[in-house]
Amino acid sequence: MRWWQIRKRDADVERELQSDLDLEEEEQRERGVSPEEAHHAALRAFGNPTLISEQTRAVWSWNGLENILRDLRISVRTLFRSPGFSLIAIIVMALCIGATTSLFTVVRSVLLRPLPFRDPDRLVMIYEHFRDPSMNAQEFNYNHVAPADYYDWRAQTHGFEDMAAFRWWQFSLTGERGELPEMVSARGGSWNLFPMLGVQAAIGRTFTESEDSPDGNTVMLTWSLFERRFGGNPWVVGRQIHLDGKPYTVVGVLPKWFTYPDAKIQIWISYASGLPPDILRHHDFHFSSVIARLRPDVKLANALSQVEAVQYRLHLQNLNAPVAEDVAPKTIIEDLAQNVKRPLVILLSAVGCMLLIGCLNVANLLVARSAARQKEIGVRNALGARRMTLIREQLMESLLVSIAGGVTGVLLSLAATNWLVSTWTDLPNVQSIGADGIVLAFACSLVFASAMLSGLLPAISSTSKGAIAALQASSRNVAGSQSRTALRKTLLTVEIAATVVLLIAAGLLLKSFWRLRTTDVGCATDNVLTMSYSLPTKKYDTPQKVNAFNETLLEQVRTTPGVRAAGLGSMVPGAGAGEDDAFTIPEHPPIAPGTALPDALYRTADPGYFSALQIPLLRGRFFTGADRAGSPKTVIINRLLAQQYFLDENPLGKHLHVVPYGNADHEIVGVVADTLYQVGQSPKATMYFPVLNGDSNPGGLTLAVLTSSEPLAFSVPIQKQIAELDPELPVSDVLTIRQIIERSLGNASLTARLVLGFAALSLMLASVGLYGVLSYLTTQRTGEIGVRMAMGARREQVVHLVLGDGLRPALYGLTLGLAASIGAVRLIESMLYGTQPLDPAIFAAVAATLLAVAVLACLVPAWRASQIDPMQALRTE
Amino acid sequence: MSSMGKQTPQRANLLQGTLDMLILRTLLYGPAHGHQIGKHIQRTTNDFLQMQHGSLYPALHRLEQRGWVTAKWEVAPDRNREFKYYRLTDKGRKQLVVEESQWKRMAEAVARVMWPAAEEMR
Repeated sequence: MRWWQIRKRDADVERELQSDLDLEEEEQRERGVSPEEAHHAALRAFGNPTLISEQTRAVWSWNGLENILRDLRISVRTLFRSPGFSLIAIIVMALCIGATTSLFTVVRSVLLRPLPFRDPDRLVMIYEHFRDPSMNAQEFNYNHVAPADYYDWRAQTHGFEDMAAFRWWQFSLTGERGELPEMVSARGGSWNLFPMLGVQAAIGRTFTESEDSPDGNTVMLTWSLFERRFGGNPWVVGRQIHLDGKPYTVVGVLPKWFTYPDAKIQIWISYASGLPPDILRHHDFHFSSVIARLRPDVKLANALSQVEAVQYRLHLQNLNAPVAEDVAPKTIIEDLAQNVKRPLVILLSAVGCMLLIGCLNVANLLVARSAARQKEIGVRNALGARRMTLIREQLMESLLVSIAGGVTGVLLSLAATNWLVSTWTDLPNVQSIGADGIVLAFACSLVFASAMLSGLLPAISSTSKGAIAALQASSRNVAGSQSRTALRKTLLTVEIAATVVLLIAAGLLLKSFWRLRTTDVGCATDNVLTMSYSLPTKKYDTPQKVNAFNETLLEQVRTTPGVRAAGLGSMVPGAGAGEDDAFTIPEHPPIAPGTALPDALYRTADPGYFSALQIPLLRGRFFTGADRAGSPKTVIINRLLAQQYFLDENPLGKHLHVVPYGNADHEIVGVVADTLYQVGQSPKATMYFPVLNGDSNPGGLTLAVLTSSEPLAFSVPIQKQIAELDPELPVSDVLTIRQIIERSLGNASLTARLVLGFAALSLMLASVGLYGVLSYLTTQRTGEIGVRMAMGARREQVVHLVLGDGLRPALYGLTLGLAASIGAVRLIESMLYGTQPLDPAIFAAVAATLLAVAVLACLVPAWRASQIDPMQALRTE
Repeated sequence: MSSMGKQTPQRANLLQGTLDMLILRTLLYGPAHGHQIGKHIQRTTNDFLQMQHGSLYPALHRLEQRGWVTAKWEVAPDRNREFKYYRLTDKGRKQLVVEESQWKRMAEAVARVMWPAAEEMR
């Protein structure tokens, strides 16, 4: 309907009512009532003409849009009338909605959105699974798959359309003419991996079946390497690049969006290429991830049971090798997000909590305002405004606040998401994290939920009273606002309880993080610089050449001024688990068939390794220059291995028989103290083999340098020494041990910091809420306090009175929050290290902090109340 | 003002939806204006049904919007003034039949629950 039609209709309604009202009046007069009386009688019989005309017009109004526009106008005006309140409410909403949206964006991209593969619902990862529960405790319940297992699964089962495998690898990449060397992260994928995932090469092609063999020499580049190193120039396809000094032909480039399983990967080779053929026949080299595509007509459980049957047979055939009995499935998303799922859930719960607190706070502010407008609402009620109209108007206000906060919040969240993604290094699938339709829809529903939550309660409470009661209630009449005060106190109690839960979670996570940081890893952590390199097997093809390089380098580093010691080994403590191998002890009776062989972490070390890292020797000796290729084979074990496998015997002089390296007996010559392979994990049995013995894994080596001053200052001089020895050799991971530890704790530190931030914000909101309620209450009771003081109450008594009023909800909230925390800490229990979930110190500290903040928030209103001049207070009534 | 807010206990509130039917039925006698319709219903029920203007006028306009009645300003025969007269349309007649039969079924259903004995006796 057009506006002029609306006008006409309005005039028509007025005229109709007027004529009928006149008629009523005439009839009354005709009955003999005096004209004056007739007018009133007609009005009485008729009712409220304004209201009737309004209701009649409402029949014609177009979908109530008119009403909404009117409410909008009124609400905007009301909000502008108190800019302070509006601004605070909008900021609170923006922070809460922004943080929640950000976290949801990450959760959606990482945990909820399927990967962009063909039919991702039918893809599943399959791992080996040991039945022994003690193995599961060491994270062997999802054990990587051995190549021979994978080949047997693929050949002997029929429930899956196809099965593909990929493995971790790392290369030193150089060009055909010895361009700048660089370490690149790589994966070896079976030839059918890309077709199975539905991934096509952006340029060129993917691998063929014949290329997936030990002498395969083709390579695919990921888009990032293609753009960065080859300038995005397609001529590179068909050319050769050198990996560890060996030529490989580039057959294709992967599309830009393909960053599975992580974005750091630069190169893909075929699964078998470069692997010795006998490793492919092994059932106990666990280094592959297997993805399978389920046949559409088969149930996952059926398909898996076939694989399980094959695996159990393999287990029976290899009783003395670590070949698992079962298999275990995992979705690809679960597999990628295993390290971040729990922190994400915790963070999302924390921001949800904060959003709740924010809404309650805005609700509290609105209750205060509606209390101030009590009279206005009473008058409008008496004039015939319907309750729904009043509620709708108040809801419109909270909706406006929420929308303004929501828009600001979503903008904030874009920045916050970027920050989160760049800070949180463990996040998988990073490039796909971003806001999309679902995230926007989520943000919109957040806005509406917050508006309802923060608006409905105050609106209902402020309009529930009858018109007369509202008008009769004077400010001297405290009873009139009793229910509203109770509502505010209840809101406050819930707010404080939620804050307590957040504070306790933050406290526990922080304490756990602090425990992690201060853990003794068992070696020197200050002034130790490490860097890694990997000697290419083509150039360094004999143990003599390898040893010559390593010994020359060590000699040069040790004579560098400022260097106290230097050592070389496969890994340093804190850098991860790395490889582990099964061993037997020839002096002991043979292991009964059917039990798994003992297993220990594999490390290599040079004669100076232990003294450079200050790992103490417990028995026997360190390696010497004589422990090298050609001389008797030796090994050093750690305390745990000695304790576990040589209970009361002297391990020195006994032997370890290790299959993969030389398939020989190694004499135990020393026992060293335990170190942590990763902070937060308990130590494992470890065996150290001499770097110089020639048959150790030629893979990466880590140089550890103990310096007398700031270790990073030595990084450039030492890298220069390496470059002088071999200009083609890339050096990677130049880090201090402290940095390695910090890096492995990044996850824990970020989670703890974020939850602490949310908790601090919540505490602030809660204290502002407490202050607001109490200030309002004190103003309400000015008259009463005036009377009390006039009757002889002392100022301390007034302070006590007001303080007690404010601290009561704080105490209730604290109790409620502490009780709720006992349940809530279960969520974070598994993330805690060296910290009890019910840590009494944390609970006590949180209670004390909260009480202190509450007292501070209450003191100002209480002091103000005590300064009331009784005469003044009574006169203003 | 308060008289419209409170009802004397002897008077009943109209059942939801029956007002439309009563108005349509009243208009069956011929065109009438709002005041007449209200008075007629009130008088016919011996003041049992107290007509509330707050619901009468919105109801009239709702019927007009649905096309069941038409409205026209006409001079009243006994007063020398124009009133807004409502007149039943063909659509309105059909609607009256529909609502009447619905009401009958409703009333019978209620009666069967309330006075089952009377039902058996029949």
